[in-house]
Amino acid sequence: MTMIDHIPVLMIVIPILASLLILLAGWYDRRFCYPISLITILFQFGSAIAILLHVMQEGTIRYSVGGWAPPLGIELVVDSFNSYILAAILLLAAATAFYARRSVEKEIGPEKTVSFYVLFQLLITGLVGMTITGDIFNLYVFLEISSITAYTLIASARRPHSYVASFNYLILGSIAGGFILLGIANLYAATGTLNMADLAHLLPASYELATVHAAFLFLMIGFSIKAAFFPLHLWLPDAYAESPSAVTILLSTAMAKVSIYAMFRILFSVFTTAYIIDTFPVTGFILFIATVAIVAGAVLAIAQKDLKRMLAYSSVSQVGYIMFALGVANQIALEGGLLHILGHAVMKGCLFMVAGLIIYRMGTSRLSDLKGVAKTMPISCAAFALAGASMIGIPPTIGFMSKYYLVLGALEAGHWVYAAVLLLGSLLAVGYIWRFIEIAYFGDHHGDHGEDHQTRAREGPLSMLAPIVGLALLSLFLGVFVEAVMEVVGPAVSILLGGA
Amino acid sequence: MIETFYELFLSRYNYWMAIILMLIGLYALIAKQNLVKKLIGLNIFQTAIFLFYISLGEVEGGTAPIYLPEGVDALYVNPVPHVLMLTAIVVGVSVTAVALSLIVRIYEEYGVIDEDELMQAVRRR
Amino acid sequence: MADMNGVLPAVTIAIPLLASVLILIVGRHENIREAVTIVAATAMLGSVLAMLPEILSGGRITISLLPMVPGGDFALRVDAFGMVFALTATALWLLNSFYAIGYMRSLKEHAQTRFFFCFAVAIAAAVGIAFSENLLTLFIFYEILTIITYPLVVHVETPEAMKAGRKYLAYLLVGGISLLAAVILTYTLTGTTGFVPGGFLAGSGSALILQILFLLFMVGFVKAAWMPLHGWLPAAMVAPTPVSAFLHAVAVVTAGVFGIVRIAGWVYGMDLMASLGLGTFLAVIASFTIITASLFALTEDNLKRRLAYSTVSQLSYILLGVSMLSIAGMTAAMAHIPIHAFLKITLFFVAGAVIVSAGKEYISDMKGIGRKMPVTALMFSAAAIGICGLPPLSGIISKIYLALGAVEGGMPILLLVVITSAVLNAAYFFPIIYTMLLDRPDDEHSLDSVSEPPLVMLVPIILTATVSVLIFFFPSTPFMDLIEIALAEITGSVIP
Repeated sequence: MTMIDHIPVLMIVIPILASLLILLAGWYDRRFCYPISLITILFQFGSAIAILLHVMQEGTIRYSVGGWAPPLGIELVVDSFNSYILAAILLLAAATAFYARRSVEKEIGPEKTVSFYVLFQLLITGLVGMTITGDIFNLYVFLEISSITAYTLIASARRPHSYVASFNYLILGSIAGGFILLGIANLYAATGTLNMADLAHLLPASYELATVHAAFLFLMIGFSIKAAFFPLHLWLPDAYAESPSAVTILLSTAMAKVSIYAMFRILFSVFTTAYIIDTFPVTGFILFIATVAIVAGAVLAIAQKDLKRMLAYSSVSQVGYIMFALGVANQIALEGGLLHILGHAVMKGCLFMVAGLIIYRMGTSRLSDLKGVAKTMPISCAAFALAGASMIGIPPTIGFMSKYYLVLGALEAGHWVYAAVLLLGSLLAVGYIWRFIEIAYFGDHHGDHGEDHQTRAREGPLSMLAPIVGLALLSLFLGVFVEAVMEVVGPAVSILLGGA
Repeated sequence: MIETFYELFLSRYNYWMAIILMLIGLYALIAKQNLVKKLIGLNIFQTAIFLFYISLGEVEGGTAPIYLPEGVDALYVNPVPHVLMLTAIVVGVSVTAVALSLIVRIYEEYGVIDEDELMQAVRRR
Repeated sequence: MADMNGVLPAVTIAIPLLASVLILIVGRHENIREAVTIVAATAMLGSVLAMLPEILSGGRITISLLPMVPGGDFALRVDAFGMVFALTATALWLLNSFYAIGYMRSLKEHAQTRFFFCFAVAIAAAVGIAFSENLLTLFIFYEILTIITYPLVVHVETPEAMKAGRKYLAYLLVGGISLLAAVILTYTLTGTTGFVPGGFLAGSGSALILQILFLLFMVGFVKAAWMPLHGWLPAAMVAPTPVSAFLHAVAVVTAGVFGIVRIAGWVYGMDLMASLGLGTFLAVIASFTIITASLFALTEDNLKRRLAYSTVSQLSYILLGVSMLSIAGMTAAMAHIPIHAFLKITLFFVAGAVIVSAGKEYISDMKGIGRKMPVTALMFSAAAIGICGLPPLSGIISKIYLALGAVEGGMPILLLVVITSAVLNAAYFFPIIYTMLLDRPDDEHSLDSVSEPPLVMLVPIILTATVSVLIFFFPSTPFMDLIEIALAEITGSVIP
C-alpha cells in the first residue's frame, strides 16, 4: 500500500484527533483553537485534491479499516463520484474556516470559541466520513455525528429562537435518522450485508421483496428530510436563518450537499438504475416533485423579508434542481445535477457569506434595513451580484452551465414540459436575487432610511472578504472553464449509471 | 384463513410489535405539545427500531455469541445487529442529551415547554 | 496576415473588458478614467478596421476560444454581416463615449464610474454578439448585454426608474429564457448550433416544431422591440441620454434585429422560411409595428419617448425587409441596421444636448430653441429628414430597397405600409423641426441662458450626421460591399 491509499482513513482520524487537540489547547489558551482548526481543514482539503487527482488517473481507492476485510469490516471507497463531492465540500469548508474566525468571535462570543471549533471540526469530519465510507451503517453513524454537531452549532447562536430552531431540526433530523436506520435494517434483513458494493451485488436477487421496497422508501424519506427536499424542508429555513453565519454557510454548502450525495449514492450505487427506473419506478415522481420544489422554493423565497431566510428558501428551490437531475436520470442531466452540487455550493456559500458579513457589520439582515448597503460595502455587494447572477443562471457562470445541462438532459429524455417549467422557474430566482440588488444598489437615493446603520457599516475585514470574493470569482470561472470540471463530472456520472 | 393470518401476523410478530411501538413513538412526537413528551416519543421511536434490529438477529434456540465449551459449532444468535445497535444506542443517548439541554435553554428563555405557548412566545419577541 | 488576424476578434472583445477593469481601478481619477474609455474605444475601432480588408476580400476569421458545453464551443467568427454590426457599434461607441463624457460631466451625474464600467462591458457584449460563431455564444453575450445594461437604465435611481428597470429586466430576461429554449431546441433537433450561411434547420423537424421554434426565437430577440413586446423600450427612456443612444443605436435594439436577421439567413435560410410561411408571419408583425408605433409617436410630447416609438417603428423596417425573403428585402434589412443607427443616434444626441443646455425634455417647451442652438437644431432636422427617407441622407437607401423588394415580390400591401409609414414619419418629425427652428418662444427671455452644448458633445453630433450624408453618397464603402458579400453567402452564389 502506498501513502495515497492511507489518506482516506487519515482524513477521518486526524481531524478527530485534531478536535481533541483543540479542546486541550483551548483549555490552555483559546487562541490556539483557530490555527489548529484551519490547518486541519487545509490538510483535509489538500488530501481531497490529492485523492481526486489520484482517482482520476488510477481509479477507485479501497481501504479496509483496521485491516478487516469487507464485507464484515468497514471499507472506505473513494471513486470518481465521491472524490469530486469530497473536494467540493472541503473547498467550501476551507473557505468557511477562513471566514469563520471574525464572525465567530462576534456572534458566538470569545468564551465559546473552543467548543465551537471542536464541534465545527467534528461536523466536517462527519461529513467527510459520510462521503467516503463504503459501508451503509457506517454512513448512518457519520450522518448522526454530523447531525448532532449541527444541532449544537445551530443553538450556539445563543439567540432564543435559535434554540427552538435547533430543537425542531433535532426532532425532524432524528425522525430522518430513524427512517434511515430502519431502511438499513430492511436491507440487512434482505441480504445479510452492509457493504454497499456487496449490497449492489446481492440486491437484484431480491428486488421483488416487500422488504426491499420498504427499505427503499424508508431511505428515500430519511434522506429527503436531511437534504431538505420539498415538501420535507420545514426544518431548513429556521435552522439556516437562526444559526451563526459560519454555521449557516457550512450547513447550506457542505452538509446539504453531502445529504444529497448520500441519496444519489444509495439510489444509484446500492439500488442501481435498474431498480429505480424499472422495478420500482420513482424517477417520474421525483421529477414532478423536484419541479414543484424549484417553483415553490423560489416563490417562498420571494415572499421573505429577511435576507438569510430568503437565501434559505432559495436553497429549497436549488435542491429541486439537483433532484431534477435525479428524476431525469440520464447522462447529460446527471452531469448537470452534479455540476449544480458544486456550483450551488460555491454560489450559495458566497451569498450566505455576504449575508453574514452584513450581519457582522450592521447587526441585521432585514431587507428593509439594508437600503444602499452597496455604497458602504461595494466589494461584497458586487460579489453578491456575481454569485446571484450565477444563481439566476446568467451565462457564462456555473449556474447557467448546470441549468443548460439539465434542460438538455430533460429534452433528450423527452420531458418537454418539465424543461419548460425549469427554464421559467429559473426566472423566479431573479425575483429574490434582484430584490436585494435593488435595495442594496438603488434603494438609498431618495430616502434617508437606515442612516444609523449606514454610519456603522463599512467593508468587511480581509479574512471575511477574501473568501467572499474568491467564491464569487469561482462561480464565474467554473462556468467559463466548465469543460475542465466536466472531465471530473463525466466519469462520476458514468459510475452512477454503471452501477457500483 | 388461519394460515394467512399466521403467515401475515404471527410468524412476523416481531415486525408488528416494532411497527406498533414506532407508531406510538411517532404519535407522541407529532401530537404531544409538551417538548419533553415529544422527546420521550422520539425515544420510543428509536427503541422500536433497536428492537426490530435485535429481533432480526434472533436464531431460535440460539445462545449468546460467545465461545462455549461446545466449540465454535454451537448455535448462537447473529451478533452483528447487536453490535450495530450498541452504536445506535449511543447515538440515541447523545441526541437525547442534546435535546434535553435545548429544552432547558428554551425553558430558561421563554419560561414554557409547551409547543403552542412557545410559538406564541416566539412570535411576541 | 492570418496569424495576426486570427486573434483580432478576441482582442476586439478583450479591449473593452480590460478597460472596464481599469475603469473600476482608477475610478476616482476622472480624467484617467475617461482617458481609458477613449483609448479603449479607439483601439477597438482600430482593431475592427484592421479586420475589414480581410472580410471585404471575402474572407472570414474564425477563432475557437474555449470548449464549453455540448451545443457549441465558445467561438468567434467574423463574417461580413457581423462586420456590419461590429463596425457600426464600435464607431458609434467612440463617438458616444465623447458625448457621454460631456453629458455626464455637464449634468454632474452620480456614480459615473459604474456608468462607464457598464458601458465598456456592454460594448464588449455587443461586439461579441456580432462576432458569435454559434447560437450558444451569441446567447451568452446576449444575456450579458441584458444584465449589464440594467444599471445603465436605472442610473438615476428614482422610483420610476426602478419601475422601468424591472420592466426592462422582465421583458429581456423572459426573452432570454425563450432564446435559451430555442437554442437548446435547435441543438436537440440538429446536433449543432453553429451558424451556416443559408441555414441548417431544413428537414430537421416537422413544420409545426420549426414554426414554434421560430416563435421562440422571435420572443427571444425581444430586444428588437417588435409590437406587442415593445413595452420595455419607451420605459427605458428614463435613463440618461447617452444610455438611450446606446440602447437605440449602438447595441441593444441593434442586437435584437441583428439576431433575427442572423436566424433568418444563417439558421433557417430564406427558402425554409418561405416554405414554413414565416415570411408572412413576420410581415404581419412588422407592418403592424411600423404603423402602430408611428401613431404612438405622434401622441408623445416627451422628445425622448417620441424618439423611442420612432425606433420601435424603424426597427420593424428591418423585420419587414427580412419578411420579404428576397435579395432586395435582405439588403434593405441589413443596410437599415447601420443607417438607422447613425441617424437615430444623432437624434438622441440632440435630445440630450437640449437637456444639458436648456434642461428641456418636452417638445412643446422647445419653441425657437434653434435660435440659440442653431447647429444642434440643424443636425436634428437633417437626421429627422433622413429617417423620413428623403435625400440627401442615408435613410432613403433602405426605403428604396424595401420598395423594390415589395414590388419584386408582388406584395403591394407592403409597399403601402412603407409609404404610409414615410408619411407618418414626416407627420411626427416635421412638427418638431418646425417647433425648434421656426416657432417663437412664448417668453423672449426664457432662452437667454441657453447656448450650444460643449464641443465634446457637439462634435459627435456633427460627425454622426455627416456619416449619414456620406453613406448616401458613398453607400458601397464599406457597408453595401459587406452586405453584398453577406448576401452572396446566404444565397449560395459564393461557396464560402
